[in-house]
Amino acid sequence: MSNAIIPLLLDSLASAALIFFAAVGLTLVFSVLRVLNVAHGSLYSIGGYAAASACLFIASRQLNSYLSFAALLFSAVFVAAIFGPLIERSLVRWTYGKSEAVQILITFGLFLILEDLQRLVFGVQSLYEDAPMRLLGTSSIGGVVYLNYQILLVGMAVLVVVGLRLLINHTRLGRLITAVVTDREMAQSIGIDTNRIFVLAFSLGVFLAALGGALSTPTSGIAPGLGADTMVLAFAVAAIGGLGQIEGAAVASLIVGLARVLAIYLAPSLDAVAPYAAMLVVLLIRPYGLFGSVTARRI
Amino acid sequence: MRIILTAAAVLTLAVLPVAAPWLQFVLTLAIAKGFAALGVAVLLRAGLISIGHAMFFAASAYGVAFLAHAGINDLGLLLLLSVLVAALTGAIAGAFLVRYRAIFFAMLNLAVSMVFYALCAKLYGVTGGTDGMPVPIPAVFGIIFAEPVFKSVLFYLSLALMVLVGLAVQRYLDSPLGHALSAVHTNEIRLEYLGIPVWAVLLIAYVISAALAGLGGAISAFAIGRVVPDFAFWTASGHLVLIAVLGGIGGVPGAFIGALFLELLHSAAVTVTDAWNLIVGMALIIVIMFMPQGIYGLFARKEASSP
Repeated sequence: MSNAIIPLLLDSLASAALIFFAAVGLTLVFSVLRVLNVAHGSLYSIGGYAAASACLFIASRQLNSYLSFAALLFSAVFVAAIFGPLIERSLVRWTYGKSEAVQILITFGLFLILEDLQRLVFGVQSLYEDAPMRLLGTSSIGGVVYLNYQILLVGMAVLVVVGLRLLINHTRLGRLITAVVTDREMAQSIGIDTNRIFVLAFSLGVFLAALGGALSTPTSGIAPGLGADTMVLAFAVAAIGGLGQIEGAAVASLIVGLARVLAIYLAPSLDAVAPYAAMLVVLLIRPYGLFGSVTARRI
Repeated sequence: MRIILTAAAVLTLAVLPVAAPWLQFVLTLAIAKGFAALGVAVLLRAGLISIGHAMFFAASAYGVAFLAHAGINDLGLLLLLSVLVAALTGAIAGAFLVRYRAIFFAMLNLAVSMVFYALCAKLYGVTGGTDGMPVPIPAVFGIIFAEPVFKSVLFYLSLALMVLVGLAVQRYLDSPLGHALSAVHTNEIRLEYLGIPVWAVLLIAYVISAALAGLGGAISAFAIGRVVPDFAFWTASGHLVLIAVLGGIGGVPGAFIGALFLELLHSAAVTVTDAWNLIVGMALIIVIMFMPQGIYGLFARKEASSP
């Protein structure tokens, strides 16, 4: 039993890391912009497509395969630089101050558009290039063999948590973001350029999602439909952790990753249900998530 | 004036398939989706967006397939039972979901519907997986018609149901219970202080909207002759939301006008492109940004401005 548990735990950690990238971007954008971007999952899969295409290109030209690591990172930056400002300026900005219904509908429309665009550009075939995973190889500790790439994923996720904390608590930009989150009007009236903060925060969210998508391609490839699945999973994680909570998202993705892997291990046909079952249980007990704070209802 | 307009519209719909037989299938599906969109529109009144209503559409369609499989072979009974299946599913899901608002309501509906979709697609032994289940042609009052005749019967039945159910829903929306929905949207706490149980108001609306979606699903199951998991896919829910938003402030007729508009557009668009969701998404954004009252709003405004 213990021999089966350790790889299982590692699998769940790696899958938790991937969900975390998507969820933390979602939660970050929500806390700064007060908009839940329903199209967030599509940006994850666009990052994946960009990375897979780049890695396939590197493989086909027989370039140095270590370049594919740079390609993973670069494709996420690329997607964030293009889609972040574009979406924020054209669509999301229009919804500020409008009702949540309007925000959901607009980003849902964007979601439909992006999903179909990916199908048109990349086709319905799945893309798969595992060079980065093969390069890192496997290690074994105590007779248990595992992929080094999975360790890298977990490391990256930890790096993102620490990085975001440092950014928010110890940089000027972070203080500006905190000010905007705490009181948008006051921040504006003391001269903070909130529009700039919104673009930056949104693009950072897109970057994190695209990075998650890019890092997921070497292990699982990418196929149509990933965007929708990721969106719902990311929301489940963000909701469990409490919307707007970075550490909450980290803990919640561990819970969801574990629930998912346990389901695959115990009842494989129920693996799609496990994360939502976890979400339902948490939300029934704590409607605002594990780390969320109760906000007063509007009168 | 309104009654004459509505009667004229229904008559036109009834005559159209005689002139263009291929339209009959499109119109039957449009009415079916109109029912489901009406369900979404009912919740929209309370400011609640369900992006998972295709689940009830599919639950009832699968209900038809299972009941037919179990030996029930009467159109009326099948319709009634499958709508009950949808209403029951709605009551169970709703009891949990109506506690949430805005984002949480929308996303939890999406999540639940995706679980439903995943189960339909994965439980191959029960639901036939992605192959779906066949729906045989049922008897109508004991008579088994040939397929083309049955499709005509189904069309005129849906048309009649559209009028009857439409009137019933209009009555519901005009009742205090229906007006409580928009009151929830404006100010839910005030409603509670008045002693009206918001939870019950919303649960009733949720069950009604699930039943409406179920009616649409059952009609579609008969019209198409097969039930597949894609009925419950989130893009299907997206279309329902778009129809409801297109219908805008039009209330009951708005949902059906929106559905007709979208289905006709769809049958025209598939000949040109298969990027249908792209068009739906753009239409959704354009409608929200520039026509917040829906296409019905355009007509209504013209009517108001003309002396």
